[in-house]
This record gives sequence, structure tokens and C-alpha cells, in this order.
Amino acid sequence: MAVQSLSQDAISTRQRGIHRSERRLALALLLPSIVIILLVVGFPMLYSLYLSFTNFTLTSAGDVQFVGLQNYINLLFHDPLFWKAFGRTVLFITLAVNIEFLLGLTIAQLMARAIRGHGLARTLMMMPMMFAPILVGFQFKWFFNAQVGLVNNILYTLTGETHFIPWLIDKPLGFIAILVAEIWMSTPFMVVILEAGILSLPQEPFEAAEVDGASGWQKFQHLTLPMLMPFIYTAMAIRSLDIARAYDVVSIMTGGGPANRTELIWTYVNRLAFSGQRFAMGTAMSYITVLFSFFFTWYLFRNVIKSRWAGGTE
Amino acid sequence: MNAIANGRRRSRRIKWDDVLSDALLWVILLIFFVPALWIILTSIRIRAEINAHPPVWIPTGFSFDSYKILFGMPTPEGAFGLGGEIPVPAYARNSIVISLVSTFFALAFGTLAGYVFSRFSFRAKNGIFLGMMLARAIPGIALSLPLFILFARVGLSDTVPGMIITYVALNIPFTAWLMDGFFRAIPQELDEAARIDGCSHWGAFIRVDLPLSLPGAAAAGIFAFLTSWNEFALASIITRTPASRTFPPALFEFTGQFVSDWRGMTAMSVLMLIPAIVFVALVQRQLMEGLTSGATKG
Repeated sequence: MAVQSLSQDAISTRQRGIHRSERRLALALLLPSIVIILLVVGFPMLYSLYLSFTNFTLTSAGDVQFVGLQNYINLLFHDPLFWKAFGRTVLFITLAVNIEFLLGLTIAQLMARAIRGHGLARTLMMMPMMFAPILVGFQFKWFFNAQVGLVNNILYTLTGETHFIPWLIDKPLGFIAILVAEIWMSTPFMVVILEAGILSLPQEPFEAAEVDGASGWQKFQHLTLPMLMPFIYTAMAIRSLDIARAYDVVSIMTGGGPANRTELIWTYVNRLAFSGQRFAMGTAMSYITVLFSFFFTWYLFRNVIKSRWAGGTE
Repeated sequence: MNAIANGRRRSRRIKWDDVLSDALLWVILLIFFVPALWIILTSIRIRAEINAHPPVWIPTGFSFDSYKILFGMPTPEGAFGLGGEIPVPAYARNSIVISLVSTFFALAFGTLAGYVFSRFSFRAKNGIFLGMMLARAIPGIALSLPLFILFARVGLSDTVPGMIITYVALNIPFTAWLMDGFFRAIPQELDEAARIDGCSHWGAFIRVDLPLSLPGAAAAGIFAFLTSWNEFALASIITRTPASRTFPPALFEFTGQFVSDWRGMTAMSVLMLIPAIVFVALVQRQLMEGLTSGATKG
């Protein structure tokens, strides 16, 4: 008995020793990543938090006064433009992510069962992923140009309509134009991940369902969709990290204008800080976009972390 | 007889379904591909036909003048447009140096981090992982404001090293996530076998895991490269002159106050797209495996 408990003690101290040296190695390997991220992201974001409580401007950097929550109060309670931009951003993201998901799932399904030209189809589909978001912005700005744009040219040739449609200027049209650009840019990513998911599903449940006489829709609803969930989480999580890429597209196409009609929270940061000379207000606004992104990331990421580490090495 | 006829009818019906779904797929793909095709076509069209009204749908000829203008070569049209005044070689050099060097470091550090996430377990791990993902989720426009001021104070604004460290930090989190997925796909038994044979944890990493994860690292590297190559929000604020300006903010220089040189811009866009297309074509399969292996392997 005594011998046994002694040897068990020895084992557990030895394990603890291994544990400690392992943890030291783990932290050493993580160190360069943590240091660089803290320097380039962590420290500047703290500085930006400080600036958002002051009246700092780019021109009068000398006398900076602490103004407390004034910038945030101004934005949240005295700025009708902020709430409009915020509401528009929520609408924009909701529409974009849902349309991209539905469209992506449809194309992925079609692609997974395509008989011919599968490689070519995937290559064509991936083209938009290689475009810089700013290039997508310029491209669609030009397509939606009222006088010489591709969209109006096609309408002119097909219908002989000589009245130019001012896509980027009219109220609902401008929003639709930036939405189309965003969907073109981001749908392929959904397609590729969801298609990889569909192709990796086991075949047996589908064969069994076939024998039982299940319809195509029933198979999709009860087999494909539930088994595809981990892939849907992955696609959504990556999407959440890149959500602010819409800034590049919108800043080029409309810059949030005309008359703030397509203003999103990201273009509003730029307007306040650089066009409006209200830099501190811009940092307060940027913190609101950060919180917005954090919420979105947390919301879409919690499932990834759950599914990834549920049965992992822990 | 009946069964055979039934079977034949069924197989014919399935075929017809397939044809319909294929046709639908190609229509959708075509709609998705047209914008990309249009950029390439526009860059080699004759200038007068680009903004013509009524539109000219069938080109009467092609011209590579827009590319010649970009590289300062003489053209029959002369250097009309803004392309001739833009220091393309300097922008190309900045884009290539910044993207390649930042990718190298992001890949080195991100691989180590990914290895830790996949093979070690300790209390702070989930917190550190989440912290990294949140750092990546900060919008570029939000980060650009304080970086702009801090870089100006320490002399890093409008410099190549400043852009490089920015992009290293930007790319580490996603690289770590991808590499975590690749390392998880390597059977742990291989590790354990190496450990039994007397390898240390580090030795097992160098001799077993690292060589096996190389295809994955190539994919993660290309993803990091593309992020740096295409990044705009930070580059547009931190870079000001040809000393550090990269391609994405340089696209702006084709839009003047009164004229916009669309053809010149599309020519430079094609230059930007070439490395992206080559790289993605090379590693698309590994990239997808990396993105999805974490999901399937749990």
C-alpha cells in the first residue's frame, strides 16, 4: 500500500514537472505572436481608447483636454447621422450575410452534383476571391456609372431606354448597388467552404434515405443541412473576421454619399476623423465599430470554438 | 420487363435533372465571371470604344497601349491618361517586398502559435486564441487612426518596415488558425512514436509535424500574401508617397479631378490580379482542406 501510494506520488510530481516545462515551451512558442499583436494592435487600440475620451485634433496636438464620455454622448444622443449609419450597417450585414449564405449553398449544391467541367467551374467561381476589395469597389462604381456604365449600357441596348438610371445616387439604388458588389465579392468564399463540406459528407445516410423514398428536399432538410453545420460555422466565422472589408468597397463606390445615403459605420469613421477634422470623435466612432465587430465575431465564433475543441486535444 | 422499363425511365429522369442543374450552374457562374472578364477585356480595348455612347459591344481591335503607358514605353497614342505619371515600378517593388517579407514572418510565428493551439493544453489557451481572433476582427479603419499617429511619432509612417510589421500582426491570427487545422489533421500517433523514440516535444515538431504540414503552410502563406497584397484601409492612411505606397491605394491615382483613366486602372488591376491568380490556382485544394479540416476533425 505504502509503496504504491509513494510511486503514485512520484508519478504525479513527474507529470507536474512535464506539465510545467510544457507550459513554458508553449508560452515561448506563442511569445513572438503575442508581442507583435500587442505592439501593433493592442497598444494602438489602447491609445485610441484614450484619444476617444479627449478633444484631440490632428492640427492642435498641443493642448489635449480630457472630455470624458462627451464624444460618445455626442454620437449616441446628439447625432442623427450616427443612428442612421448604424441601422443601415445592421441592415446591410443582415441582408449580405443571408443572401450570400443562401446563394452560396445553392451554388455549392449545384457544383457538388455537376457532371462536367467541375474544375473549370470552381476556378471561375474563385475569381472574385482574388480581387482586392478596393478593386471590387472601383469595378462596380464603373459598372453602375450612369453615363457609360455596363449596367445602363445593357439596359439601353436591350430596351432602348435613353434615360440614364443614376444607380449610385438615388436613394434605394445606391444601397442596392453596394449590396450587389459586396455579394459578388463574398459569395464565392461561402461556395468553396460549403462545397468542400457537401463533398465530404458520408454517402450511407443518403442511400438509406433513397431506399426509404425520401424526396430531394427531405434529404436536404434532414441530412445535408444538419451534417453541414460545422462547415457553415467555419464559413460564418471567417466572414465575421472580414466583415469590415465592406469599408473598402463602399468608400470607393459612394464614400457613404451622396448626402450620407449609403453611409455605413466604417465610412462614418473616415468622414469624422479626416474630412470633418474631428479626430477624437472619429476614434470614438471607431471604437463603436470595434465593439460591433467583436459582437459579430463572438456571435458567429462561439459555435466554432465549441465544435473545434469539444473533442480535440483537451 | 416492367422493372427494366421503370429503371430506364428513372435513369432518364435523373439525367434530365442533372442537365437542368448544370445549365443553372453555368448561368450563375457566367454572371459571376462577367465582371472579372470585363476588367481584362477593357484593359486591351481601343480607348475610343470604352466610354462610347451608344455602347460598342463588339471590339473592332485590341491594343496593349495601356500596359505600355504604365511602364513608360512610347505608344502611338502618346501617354494620354494618367497612367504615364504614376511610378508603377516603385509601387510594384513596395507591394512585392512588403507582401513577401510580412508573409514570411507571419507564417513563421503563426505556425508556432498554431502548433501550440493544436498540441498543448493549458488554461490560458482558449483566452489567447479568442484574443487573437478579436485582434483580427478589429476593422482596419479603426486601427488606422491610432497607428497613423503612433507611427508618425516613432518615424514608421510612410516606411516599408512600418507596413511590414503592421501586416505581420494582421496575418498572424488567421495563419495560426489555419495551421492549427493542419496540425490537427496529422495523426497524433506519429508524434507519440517520435516521443517514445526519444524526441523532445520540440524535436517531434521539427522532425515530424513541420515537414508533414508544409503543403498546408504553403496554403496559409498564400492566404497571408493575398491579404497583404490586397489590403487598403491601413495602406491608404499609413503610406503617402512612392517610398512605401502599395498597389491598392495607388489605384486612386487613376481618378483625377476631371478625368478618370479607366483603361489605365484596369491595366494596373490586371497586373495586381496576376500573382493572385497564379498563387490561388497553385494551392486552392490545400487551402480548402485547411479551412475545413478543423470543422470535420472536431
